Amino acid sequence: MDIVVMLAKLAEGMAKSVGIFGLTLLFSLPLGLVVTFGRMSKNGVLRNITKFYISVMRGTPLMLQLMVVYFGPFYLFGMKLSTSYRFIAVIIGFALNYAAYFAEIYRSGIESMPTGQYEAARLLGYSRIQCFFVIILPQVIKRILPSVTNEVITLVKDTSLAFAISEMEMFNVAKGLAAASTSMVPLVIAGVFYYIFNFLVAFVMEFIEKKLNYYR
Amino acid sequence: MNYLEMKNVKKNFGDLEVIKDISLTVRQGEVVAVIGPSGSGKSTLLRCATLLESMDGGELSYLGEKAVYTDNDGKVTYAGADELRKIRSNFGLVFQNFNLFPHFSVMKNIMDAPVRVQKRNKKEVYEEAKQLLDQMGLSDKENCYPYQLSGGQQQRVSIARALALKPKVLFFDEPTSALDPELTGEILKVIKDLAARHMTMVIVTHEMNFARNVANHVVFMENGVIVEQGEPEVLFNSTNPRMKDFFGKFHEV
Repeated sequence: MDIVVMLAKLAEGMAKSVGIFGLTLLFSLPLGLVVTFGRMSKNGVLRNITKFYISVMRGTPLMLQLMVVYFGPFYLFGMKLSTSYRFIAVIIGFALNYAAYFAEIYRSGIESMPTGQYEAARLLGYSRIQCFFVIILPQVIKRILPSVTNEVITLVKDTSLAFAISEMEMFNVAKGLAAASTSMVPLVIAGVFYYIFNFLVAFVMEFIEKKLNYYR
Repeated sequence: MNYLEMKNVKKNFGDLEVIKDISLTVRQGEVVAVIGPSGSGKSTLLRCATLLESMDGGELSYLGEKAVYTDNDGKVTYAGADELRKIRSNFGLVFQNFNLFPHFSVMKNIMDAPVRVQKRNKKEVYEEAKQLLDQMGLSDKENCYPYQLSGGQQQRVSIARALALKPKVLFFDEPTSALDPELTGEILKVIKDLAARHMTMVIVTHEMNFARNVANHVVFMENGVIVEQGEPEVLFNSTNPRMKDFFGKFHEV
């Protein structure tokens, strides 16, 4: 197969993978915060529901979760959805899964904050919401950044799981090309792509960490 | 005028009675030192007064406004959220371990609450903050971050931060317990200056000489009750055997 055609097809897959990556972060980072509020809520019912949610998301394979989100509407409710639902299903599956992991990372950060910070904020008249977003969260972000980096790097590689519901992302494209051309080259290119992608992710995260190093 | 009034305050942690029926009045311009052995309930009393800890009985009011009261059946009632917010603005607290916000510069630590919470003019607050820093001997530190400062400097910033909100009463919870003797001196000097400016203060401390020299009213606590209170000279020459013992140990060292 012509190398140019091959690269063009891989580039398309690459764009899809990057899209899954970006949209997953866009939705799961804030959603994780909502989940962590539920997990840390004073309301026992809410707390147990979110605890169960996190336990299911962490306790079952992401590949299976993607299949449930993609095929579920048809098998469970008889809904016929167009093929464009495939990509939406990927994003929903990834966002729900990663939100659970991020929620636990947020919780570890929030619980590591000394109570003195809350007390000082209260004495100075900050409302609860101001206290969280102005005093607590910025410090939590600094504390949890290494764990978040870990999770984000895993996400880059996990985007390949979308092949399970036939999404034409990088890995799926490379697999197809390798079979069609009986060559390892597409898989090697895919490997290089994932590595460079993660190299950039690590670089950016290190940059942010350095930026937050202005205080201790 | 009575700036702070506590009547028959009670506080339990489980079965443990930490504060048993304490009443304390602080008048405008008064400097009250609360002394006593560790575990006597001094800090808890302060935390009840600053609404960090909920009371199990008694009454608390600032400038005549009731924050907490107890009815005849022993039911403790706190004022509504809006009222409590207003009452909270009457006092500030300086913590033993400073509790500065590490991600804010010195200037922002002082300015953020007046600007964000009290919605005051930024420029005006800045000028006042500069003046406070000057008063604390820290005029060259406004752009530093807390980790770049010594413990004594951090504590002075935290005093400036509390003063920036213009409290009527300023509480100190063992403000020098985390500091070495040299740095302790720095802080005591600042508090002395504030006393000279007639700032109303309640200071929980283990610095006996300081309590004796600066306070106009000393409260000696033990086992959750006030053993004796009064003018420092009277108190420090008390004939109460328990207090003689406590001060005696202090002089022996």
